[in-house]
Order: sequence, then structure tokens, then C-alpha cells
Amino acid sequence: MSTQPMVKAEGIHKRFGRLEVLRGIDLTVQAGEVTCLIGPSGSGKSTFLRCINHLEKIQAGRLWVDGELVGYRQQGDRLYELKESEVARKRAEIGMVFQHFNLFGHMTALQNVIEAPCLVKRAKRGEAITRATELLGRVGLAEKLHVYPSQLSGGQKQRVAIARALAMEPKLMLFDEPTSALDPELVGEVLDVIKGLAADGMTMLVVTHEMGFAREVADTVVFMDDGVVVESGPPEAVLGNPQHARTQDFLGKVLA
Amino acid sequence: MSAAPAPAGDRAGAVSSEEITAVPVRHPGRWVAGAVIALVVAIVVHSAVTNPRFGWSTVGDYLFSHRIIHGLLLTLLLTVVAMAIGIVLGVLIAVMRLSPNPLVSGFGGFYVWFLRGTPVLVQILFWFFISALYPTISIGIPFGGPEAFHFGANAVITPFVAAILALGLNEGAYMAEIVRAGILSVDEGQGEAAQSLGMTRLQTMRRIVLPQAMRVIVPPTGNETISMLKTTSLVSVVAYTELLYSAQLIYSVNYQQIPLLIVVSIWYLVVTTILSIGQYFLERRFGRGSSRTQRETLVQRVWRYAFPRHEGGMT
Repeated sequence: MSTQPMVKAEGIHKRFGRLEVLRGIDLTVQAGEVTCLIGPSGSGKSTFLRCINHLEKIQAGRLWVDGELVGYRQQGDRLYELKESEVARKRAEIGMVFQHFNLFGHMTALQNVIEAPCLVKRAKRGEAITRATELLGRVGLAEKLHVYPSQLSGGQKQRVAIARALAMEPKLMLFDEPTSALDPELVGEVLDVIKGLAADGMTMLVVTHEMGFAREVADTVVFMDDGVVVESGPPEAVLGNPQHARTQDFLGKVLA
Repeated sequence: MSAAPAPAGDRAGAVSSEEITAVPVRHPGRWVAGAVIALVVAIVVHSAVTNPRFGWSTVGDYLFSHRIIHGLLLTLLLTVVAMAIGIVLGVLIAVMRLSPNPLVSGFGGFYVWFLRGTPVLVQILFWFFISALYPTISIGIPFGGPEAFHFGANAVITPFVAAILALGLNEGAYMAEIVRAGILSVDEGQGEAAQSLGMTRLQTMRRIVLPQAMRVIVPPTGNETISMLKTTSLVSVVAYTELLYSAQLIYSVNYQQIPLLIVVSIWYLVVTTILSIGQYFLERRFGRGSSRTQRETLVQRVWRYAFPRHEGGMT
């Protein structure tokens, strides 16, 4: 029980129509670990991430978060689909950060951060504001509480998005290419925030193209290609001494 | 700055501080067009003033007459109630059309198809004559079960009720399309972000999607309200004494059709103008948080032409 993994995936398959995006993913993430998913675009990294909080439904395999099945309840050998409210409750425990930030455009930074705690967790407004102010301060945006997203830079938006996810006090954070939509000079400020979370012991799954970040922060690097895990292990092994030809080929291109 | 040769920079430095005084381009076409328009306007105004059949004194007599004002108030009441029903129904039907349940979305589609596919005038008459189809209306268990209440349709479906039902249900179909377009204009990522934070579909719709859809929904809703104001005149066919029918009742006695129709037109114009101004402020309110520039409304356009700032004027 003590070593129950935070995420456990067994034989995950996902199809969009006739296109098979995931073809049997097996993966384990231990609590407190940072796992970076790397690989070429179209390899299924983002889709897999979205399966973990049930934004996508899987067609085969089993997926557990903190020991609980994602999207289903098992009784005997039958699976029952979870009700919408039950799915929502589980999603509330998993933070997600998107490539395109997806901040709520009609709300200020502060309102973005307190919205879900007030609505979903029924937090008191005053307490939510205190906590949100603290979180926005932690990501370096104490000055931007009452600013609308359209007036923020990409890096600032993504930091608000991270604070918004943290406000729900998640036990797991999913990052879907958090720096891919940013101007190069803004990448660092977002990665620094994520590094800070890693240092605090947050369990994280990060889809990224930033190899330097993966090497520095990840406990495990997973290389995916064409819907399967090709290779995984500590960053020194996967990034420094890749065993598979496809990994070598990919790294040769991105590190060149 | 240095000894390096920079002829272009030198020339710019020498003249750039002077304000440009160039001979403006002439636009003879604009003058001709302006003259033609002025002539046409003069002819129309002249005839309006000199032709006694316009009956301007009669217009004056009836503009604030008790019966006309009463009709105007009923027109406003019809507009407000029908739009209120239309907006509520519109949101409901739009959400139904976007439902994953095929029966629910199918019903939404059918509603829009049916009510947009038949003329409002026909719908008004249909509701007015509904008692021919269902002489009594009863509330109870359907398919022959016991009844709690029942009453004659003729007593319930007054001209006012027929008008409200027809206009409100019809407007619901148009509003549904407007609301649906608004909902679809909100980026999908907004919904995903809300769901990833643990919000349900309903919470996401209410707190995240609809408020942002308002920016797209408000301007056409203003147009619909203005259109509704005028559409209510169709209700005169079921003898409901709104603005037009009140005027018709008067001129059926005194035969002053033209002056009374002018009275009616003046009132429609007055209310339309007020609504346009209201729409302008509503649009500004719901544009918050978006940096996109808004489309010019009728009022703004008139304002800009009345007080042109350099670029629009005739030279």
C-alpha cells in the first residue's frame, strides 16, 4: 500500500475513428516523481495525458490514479461508467495546464484562480482570495491580480494557469506542452515555476520538447513514438545513452 | 552622430519637423453626388410641407392622443414579453441542440426548423384559432387519465395570449440560432480547462461559456428586439389594440389614414432610436476583457457622419 503508484497505466488503447493513437501504453508514475513525456508530434503524448483526467475516453486497458480506476467503477469483473459528477470530483484532484493556457477570458487573474475552489470545492470567497493571492505571488504575479488575460504576456498567462490548477490542491499535475506556445525568451519563467513545484515534491507528468528541462528535473523520461512507449528510464539513460534506434534518431534531430 | 555618410538620414532630419501642407486631392464626384442628394431631399421636404394631404395638423392632434399612447404601451409590453420568452427559450433550445443526446438535440433542431419555416403571421393566426383545434385545455394525466383542471380554449387564448405565444415561440427559434452561434464561438479549450478543474457540464456552461458567448450574442439580440418591435404590428390581424391597430381603429372612423400612419411611424422610429442607443451601451458592457475592436453600430455611424473627424469629410 505504501508504494502505491500515483498513476498506473496498463495496455492503454485510444482510437479516434479508425486512427489508432495509443496502441498499448504501460506506464507507472510514483508519488512525488516527475515524469517527462517526450517524442515526435503525433506520437500520442498529449492524448495519453488527456486520458489520465478522462478528457478522452480510452477504448482498452486500465488506468488508475492514486489506486482508483479512471472513468469507471469495477464491480466483480464488470465495469460501470462513472456519473458526470463523479468524474468531475476526480478531475478536481488532478491539475492540468494546457499548451494554449485556456485562461477564462472574461475573468481577471484572481477570478480565474478562485473560480473553481469557490464553485467546485465550495470554499469561502475570502479564504479563496487569500489563497489565490498567495499562489499568484508564488508564481511572481502579485502585481497582476486584477488584470484580464488579454493584457498578460504568454508567460504570465501560463503562470496564472499554473496557479489556477494549484488552487484546487491537486495530488497530481499534468502539463501538456506548457511552453510550446511561448516566445523563446518567456520559456524560462514558466519552467522555473515548474521546477519549483518539483522541488516541493509535487507529482507531475510533463509533455515537453524542452530536453534541457527534462534532463534537469525529470526522475523518469519516457520516449513515445507512434502510440507506444519506446524507451523509458532515468534521464541520463534515455537522453544520454538511448538504446533504441528511434530514440537516437529523435534525439539526434532535436538536440542537433 | 558620426562622420559616416548618411544622406537619407540628413534629409529626414532637415524637413521632418515641418508640418505637411499639400494641396488636397479634389473629389468632384462627391460634390455631384452630394448635390443630387440635396436636390432629392429638397423636393421631398417641399412636397411634405406643401401637400395638404399629409395632414400635419391631424398628425399633431393624434401624436399624443390617449388611444395612440395606450396602443404604444401595449406594443412595448408585447415586445418586452415576447423577447423575454424568446431569449429564455433560445438559450434552452440552443443548449438542447448541442446536447449529446440525439433525441434532445433532434428536438431542438426540429423546433428551429418548424418555427422558422412558417411565417409569423400564420403562426399568430394559428394560435388565435387554436380553439378550433383544441376546444378545451385540461391539465391532468395524458392519454385519457383523470383531469385536474379544464377550461375552454376560447377563454384562455385571448388576442394577447395568442400574440405572446406566437411571437415568443417564433422568436425562440431565431434566438436559439444566435445563442448557438455564440456558444460555438467560445474556444473549446475554455470548456476543457473548466472540466479539468472539476466543473460539471452545467457549471461550465453557466460560469465559463455563456458569459463569454454574450459578446457574440448581444449585438444580434439588439437587432432582434428592434425587429420584434415592428413585428408586433402583425398582431393587428387578431384585433389586439397595439399601436398599429389603435391607429387603424381611429382612421376607420375619420378616414385620415395617411396622418395616422405617420403618427404610427413616428412612434416606431422614436422607440427604435432609443433601443439602438441602449444596444450600443450593452455591447460596450459585454466587450469587457476582449481587446478586439467592436463593430460600429448605427448610432456610432450616424454620430461619425454628423461630426466627421477629418478623414470622412468632403473636400
